[in-house]
Amino acid sequence: MASSFLSIERLTQRYPDGKGGEFTVFENASFGIEKGEFVCILGHSGCGKSTIMNILAGLSDPTSGVIKMDGQAISGPSLDRGVVFQNYSLLPWLTTLKNVTFGVAARFPQWTKQQVTDHSIAFLEKVGLTGDAIYRKPSQLSGGMRQRVSIARAFANEPKLLLLDEPFGALDALTRGTIQDELIKVWSGTDQTVFMITHDIDEAILLADRILLMTNGPNARVAESVEITLPRPRTRTTIVEHPNYYAIRNHLVQFLGERSVLLAGESVGDETHRPETVRIDKTEGAADAEPLLRAVPK
Amino acid sequence: METLSENKKAALLSVLLLLVGLFVWEMSIPAQKTVEALTEYERLTGTGQPKAGVPPPSQVVAKAWEQLSNPFYDAGPNDKGIGIQIGYSIYRVLVGYLLAALIAIPLGFLIGMSRVAHKALNPFIQVLRPISPLAWMPLALFVIQDSEASAIFVIFICSIWPMLINTAFGVAGVREDWVNVARTHELGPLKTAFTVILPAAAPTIVTGMRISIGIAWLVIVAAEMLVGGTGIGYYVWNEWNNLDLTSVIFSILMIGVVGMLLDAALGLLQRRVAYVE
Repeated sequence: MASSFLSIERLTQRYPDGKGGEFTVFENASFGIEKGEFVCILGHSGCGKSTIMNILAGLSDPTSGVIKMDGQAISGPSLDRGVVFQNYSLLPWLTTLKNVTFGVAARFPQWTKQQVTDHSIAFLEKVGLTGDAIYRKPSQLSGGMRQRVSIARAFANEPKLLLLDEPFGALDALTRGTIQDELIKVWSGTDQTVFMITHDIDEAILLADRILLMTNGPNARVAESVEITLPRPRTRTTIVEHPNYYAIRNHLVQFLGERSVLLAGESVGDETHRPETVRIDKTEGAADAEPLLRAVPK
Repeated sequence: METLSENKKAALLSVLLLLVGLFVWEMSIPAQKTVEALTEYERLTGTGQPKAGVPPPSQVVAKAWEQLSNPFYDAGPNDKGIGIQIGYSIYRVLVGYLLAALIAIPLGFLIGMSRVAHKALNPFIQVLRPISPLAWMPLALFVIQDSEASAIFVIFICSIWPMLINTAFGVAGVREDWVNVARTHELGPLKTAFTVILPAAAPTIVTGMRISIGIAWLVIVAAEMLVGGTGIGYYVWNEWNNLDLTSVIFSILMIGVVGMLLDAALGLLQRRVAYVE
């Protein structure tokens, strides 16, 4: 296998279980992400999604395993990997604009103040924040607006890899919809590589090129990599009419409902866990493909 | 009364309470004969006056007017204007307080950031903190051999603890999310301290500073009574020795007013650094 832009190799995370033993969150997880790809990771709570995210962000260290980006092993946090946290993590004593310029100034130290401000305002505009709102403090904004600021801050930094940790988890369904649209809008203009954690199947289908499915923990693993064979640009209303939509959705629901449990639990020792690629395509050209579910060997 | 706002009602009530208080005070003091009205016998034996009484508020107001209309006169070591005396006290408080802040805030940062530093320094803090600042005075006078510097030292030692403890508490309590933001933006330790941790902990730190300035102002009066020479504490004691109760009461009021202003200044700073999560 040709090495990917981002490759996670034999990542293992164990914690002491408080009884003298060890608790394995996941073991020998391996997968890759290509440049410009939007990848979502789906799984139940406790399967270690957030742990993977923190390791990718460099905020915590794995028990063993390596992560390589552009062929270089990563260590510690870096401006090359931007993070959007679930709880926004805006600095409450700064205005909206300052929250973004603070990141941009750190990313591009050679820029003038004016350049930093212009760049930040441009990205705030992309997520629909203009006028007065950018001079307000986060506490004066709604949850949805705050998360937009957080997304603008991350995109404005133009990191090589953008990590989204359940960015819409704390938002109501309607707001979530609008901000997903904003996210698509911002993302489609770039070749930004995105890795996102989510609980929401529809959200994952709408946004992702590929969905990684995790089994339940302990000893969780990335079991499948499902390609989302829906043409872009996608919108919430048109994708549901595509023949592939429900086939993919059913597959995901079935995995999360049953197979994530069936596949969970057993430790496989030294074996490397590489996800099985699943491609579901029911359109004209692929109609001859029977069965509908086809595993493509890597 | 229905139409008055809450603030106006409160202000009205305050004025009313003040007037009633002053009236009761004025009335409760028996009229005293003036010196001219006493017989010679009474003047010689001092029996004309029942006893040296507490002055009525009218006298205190007159004294205040007299003192405040010329606060900075200097007529020798035992006769200086109230402005000069208060100036000395504020100067001592500020020097001791700022020295304390200079040490307490960086040290508090260290204790807040490092669990080892916290555990290592905590026993010393716990033992030194409950010591009455005035208990240090004899030692300070002996070691420093200068009453002025000793008074400043006492202010220093009493104002260091609230600032130190609050800074450590504030820094240790900075939300991990914010620190993670700093980490993912590759901010160095100094930059993180100044752009993330300091503003995040500032409300707690300033609360400590506000407590400290209050304590420092309480302690300076007692310290100056001990070391003497100048300052509002010395002034109170000197006027007591002169049996000038009017001046004593006037200076007590002045101590209150200055303390209130010092607290208000820190209150202003507190509002500036406050933020809503």
